[in-house]
Amino acid sequence: MELLTNGTGLTAVVFLPLISALILTAIPKSQELLIKGFALVSSIVTFILSALLLPQFDFSNADKLQLGNKISWIKSINANYEIGIDGISLPLLILSTFITVLAIIYSIEHLPEPKSPKGFLALILVLETGMNGTFVALDLILFFVFFEIVLLPMYFMIGIWGDKTVRTVAGFKNQIETRLYASIKFFVFTLFGSAFMLLGFLGLYYRGNRTFSIPELIELGTNGAFTGTFAMLVFAVLFLGFAVKVPMWPLHTWLPDAHTAAPTVGSVLLAAILLKLGSYGFVRIAIPILPEQAKAWAPAIAILSAIGIIYGSLACLAQTDLKRLIAFSSVGHMGFVMLGIASLTPIGINAAMIGMVAHGVITGLLFFLSGSMAHTYHTRDMGRLGGNMKLLPKTGALLGFTAMASLGLPGLAGFWGEFMALLGAFNPLDGLNVTVFRGSMVAGAIGTVLTAGYLLWMLQRVNLGEPSDEWKEMELHDADGYELAAWIPLVILTILIGVFPKLIFGATNDAVVSLLSKAFGG
Amino acid sequence: MVKTNINLFAEGEVVYTDGGVLAEFAWILVVLPFVAALIITFVGKSLPLKGAEVALGTIGIIFIYSLALMYLHVTEGVANEFFINVGNIGQFDIEFGWVVDGLSIMMYFVVGLVALLVFIYATNYMEGEIRYTFFFTSLTLFAGSMLVLVSSPTLIQILIGWELVGVCSYLLIGHYWEVKDNSSAAMKAFITNKIADVGLMIGIIILALNTGTMRISEILYQATHDYPAIKNVAFVAGVLLFIGAMGKSAQFPLHVWLPDAMAGPTPVSALMHAATMVTAGVYLLARMFPFYQGIANEALDIVMLFGVITLLTAGLIAIVQDDLKKVLAYSTVSQLGYMVAAIGSGAYTAALFHLWTHAFFKALLFLGAGSVIHAVHSNSMLEMGGLRKVMPKTFSTFIIGTVALAGLPPFAGFFSKDEILASFNHEGETTFFFIAVLGAFITAFYMTRAVCLTFLGEYRGHGHPHESDSMMTTPLVVLAVFAAASGWVNIPGVYTGFTKWVTTRKNPIIEYHPESFDLFALGLGLTAGLLGIGLGYYLYQLQGSAETGDDKIKIEPIWKVLENKYYIDDFYFKFIIDPIKLNMAKAVDAFNTNVIDRFVNGFGQLASFMGAIVYNNIDQNGIDKVLNMSSTGTDSFGGKVKLLQTGRTQQYLMLFLGGVVTISLLILFII
Repeated sequence: MELLTNGTGLTAVVFLPLISALILTAIPKSQELLIKGFALVSSIVTFILSALLLPQFDFSNADKLQLGNKISWIKSINANYEIGIDGISLPLLILSTFITVLAIIYSIEHLPEPKSPKGFLALILVLETGMNGTFVALDLILFFVFFEIVLLPMYFMIGIWGDKTVRTVAGFKNQIETRLYASIKFFVFTLFGSAFMLLGFLGLYYRGNRTFSIPELIELGTNGAFTGTFAMLVFAVLFLGFAVKVPMWPLHTWLPDAHTAAPTVGSVLLAAILLKLGSYGFVRIAIPILPEQAKAWAPAIAILSAIGIIYGSLACLAQTDLKRLIAFSSVGHMGFVMLGIASLTPIGINAAMIGMVAHGVITGLLFFLSGSMAHTYHTRDMGRLGGNMKLLPKTGALLGFTAMASLGLPGLAGFWGEFMALLGAFNPLDGLNVTVFRGSMVAGAIGTVLTAGYLLWMLQRVNLGEPSDEWKEMELHDADGYELAAWIPLVILTILIGVFPKLIFGATNDAVVSLLSKAFGG
Repeated sequence: MVKTNINLFAEGEVVYTDGGVLAEFAWILVVLPFVAALIITFVGKSLPLKGAEVALGTIGIIFIYSLALMYLHVTEGVANEFFINVGNIGQFDIEFGWVVDGLSIMMYFVVGLVALLVFIYATNYMEGEIRYTFFFTSLTLFAGSMLVLVSSPTLIQILIGWELVGVCSYLLIGHYWEVKDNSSAAMKAFITNKIADVGLMIGIIILALNTGTMRISEILYQATHDYPAIKNVAFVAGVLLFIGAMGKSAQFPLHVWLPDAMAGPTPVSALMHAATMVTAGVYLLARMFPFYQGIANEALDIVMLFGVITLLTAGLIAIVQDDLKKVLAYSTVSQLGYMVAAIGSGAYTAALFHLWTHAFFKALLFLGAGSVIHAVHSNSMLEMGGLRKVMPKTFSTFIIGTVALAGLPPFAGFFSKDEILASFNHEGETTFFFIAVLGAFITAFYMTRAVCLTFLGEYRGHGHPHESDSMMTTPLVVLAVFAAASGWVNIPGVYTGFTKWVTTRKNPIIEYHPESFDLFALGLGLTAGLLGIGLGYYLYQLQGSAETGDDKIKIEPIWKVLENKYYIDDFYFKFIIDPIKLNMAKAVDAFNTNVIDRFVNGFGQLASFMGAIVYNNIDQNGIDKVLNMSSTGTDSFGGKVKLLQTGRTQQYLMLFLGGVVTISLLILFII
């Protein structure tokens, strides 16, 4: 028990996947079964470890950072290995370890081309270390390292296992492979954001008594250590770093390309976890350390979120590519998350937290389904699909369910993030421009209609109707055991969170309330 | 049981109890259907009746339970509510729960009874149809969702039930989704309701934020006890909630989805689109009535206005329909207009009374229509006629439904419509009163037309239709009994039990209750009904054949407008849907590709250009290879990424580790 509470447990959750990945590289290529088994077991062990942390976590003190420790790391710059979790990071950490297990289960039988289980699974595990690490890091340098680690595996996943079709890209003379364009765009875009973010971290370091410790910086920040132009600039660069990752409009254009090109599991992890790193950064770092700036920037963030919601939904209505449609839907959904965050109220940020988890579960599942369908039909063109309910009844039924969840159906997980974000935006933090927020809230509410519109339209085009003759001759395989094993847990989770949101709010509420009262008083 | 006295009426006290164990376990009503739906989904197909038996058993239990509650309520009066906390967010408790009071028990009973009869009917009606088991899953889910809605003690649960019934409606309207028109109708229903739900959602948000609670009873308490915060927003919140109600209860101009919803199987139309789901809006207004009456009176004027517009406009369209189900659909819209207008005029009981009687006779009419459609395999009345001879049971029950709807005594609709007219008259709403009387005339007319075209004259269709199975006719008979007698529970001056039932709530209802019949309203209403029947019978029966009936009264330009449903659908498509779907969506996508992406790509080209310079001039002259590798990303447009295609994983992992090391070194180096 001691090991779980003194930081060793958390450390294990973070590094076990990385170590497993290293061991994996040592297993000979021919031992495919061993490779798959080992990857699966290590992801499950990581998940169990993270679940074992739950009983140790003191929910009555969910606002306190727990189960962590602090070890000196790079003495010369006073960067420490400082980790810990509170009610805000806990759900995301569990989500991350959980989704990874599902991703690996799915990959056992559904490896993308070129089939190379060793490399692919190792990358997933490395990715997991990056994701888990980001959620537990309490030191800016540590956070940055983990934040960056996730880039590389995803870059390779898209670049190697991605869509090989060739396409024209605006502004380029020659055609380019989709996976190439997408992976580079993803990498450069994110790196561009995080380069600025690092600058911001360094700025905080120099102004903040040479510490990278997030809790210490929060202490300093709430006592007014960071002010004026300096604080404004720091928030601006942090905003760039996190907003690219979320992604917020107009920094979103890497997302549709990355999702469309990525292999199924890649898009799942990208949507489910990677996008959350950005919004988590706002809640964990930008807002508590620079509360006054957060307040100054909040209206702008709200407006960008509102634009993102409407823009994303409208873009969805114009898509013919199934995966691209779902990718654009993320722009809209993450718009709700950011709208909630921008309100700087307990309701809004709680909404963002549950919105993140819900989006992870629901959009993750949508990418599983669309990826699997793209694999079965060898096309993502909705004009050619149709009658999926007849051809692949199980996949079709799940697609219908998940689309309903994605459009924010009350009773399912997606509802709370959407509705509560609107609730938060209606009455933002005192001192924020009410008109801007209510305008954004109305835009968000209209966005819910458009969201319903494009998802139902998608269902009509893909799921319903008579299948075209094209598929008559083909032998199509409906979801197999591995797929169902990866998907059903997400369905159950969607329902559970929808019916009993306390599963998330129970962890986040106190932490969010305390974070805000520290930052803004009252 | 704890007894409580509250002053319900100015003239006396109403006693209610907490309902004891029966109320405490009423959550079973809500949970059971969802469990049943799961069971049907997973094992339904392997059961002897393919899952229908689970659905029937469930709804049977619900009906019996609601009957028990009804009995308890009629004998003692029950008002109680129960809460379950499912989460806290900021200062809000998110709570679900269930209400057991007059209003909800009345709804439990209506849902239980009509659903039971429709389920029985459907086992036969849907026999051999595609997706039979799934049909019953959806129906059961619907029953559960409707009970979630009407049992709700909190606004958040109302919203959940509200949208869940919407989904069930989507599933069932689109039951035959192989045909695109059907799935389009389902979509239309969902989206129209979703638009209305924006109003409901914002209304709920405003109420919650200004009262600090989502509990309806507390909000109503604040509304009636001079709390300033809620008072300031009362009008806006009242109108917004009503916009939500306009969607579900198909009020003009959001009624457009309901006629299209007839694409669903007829039992669905009877249960959802006549008796229960579409009354959700009326139910919401009734549930929130103390709020409206107390502080949002101006909003009630708007409610009444739209109700009256709806009852008239929809009634007129019903005259020109040739599809039997569409006649009934527009009739439903029109009758919902009556209910909404009644609430708007402050006549709480009258609105609910009409909801109550309408549920029975309209379900009866729809099931009767289904029986006919089942026999002649067509929805069009032009292919019917003369069916009284071959379908005597359907015919006689349909007639009872018709006269109930037309408002002839002693049938149910007579009493409920009269109560609405009387209340308009009492409130001094002269114009609206006369429109409502005109509406009564129109109602009687189009129903008589429908009866003549369907049952009288000679058969014009194909094949040899015959009477439906007893599984279908028995529900008709039961409903006919209710269509005849359900009005007798509220006869002014004789027995007013219904008034007492629905006003027994935690939040008192204060309204005018007539001591006796308003003979002026009664006389006019009855005359209008008789005239409508008379004119209809004259035109479509006495004066030649069915086909020529329309010609006698057809005024071309007016008919054209009515046949095109006042061009509302065209307006929506031309000015809202097409611009969004075609113009705006395409514009956004083009902007994304041609503006934002082009900018990003231009940036990339610039980087690639710079990279080439660096590569040729510096790298080639021998800079550390590790740095080179980690910069794969940045100068990649120059072609470095060919590495990616070699497919050797170890190499990438090495690259990756190298990258991490490089970044760490860089960090150290910078600092």
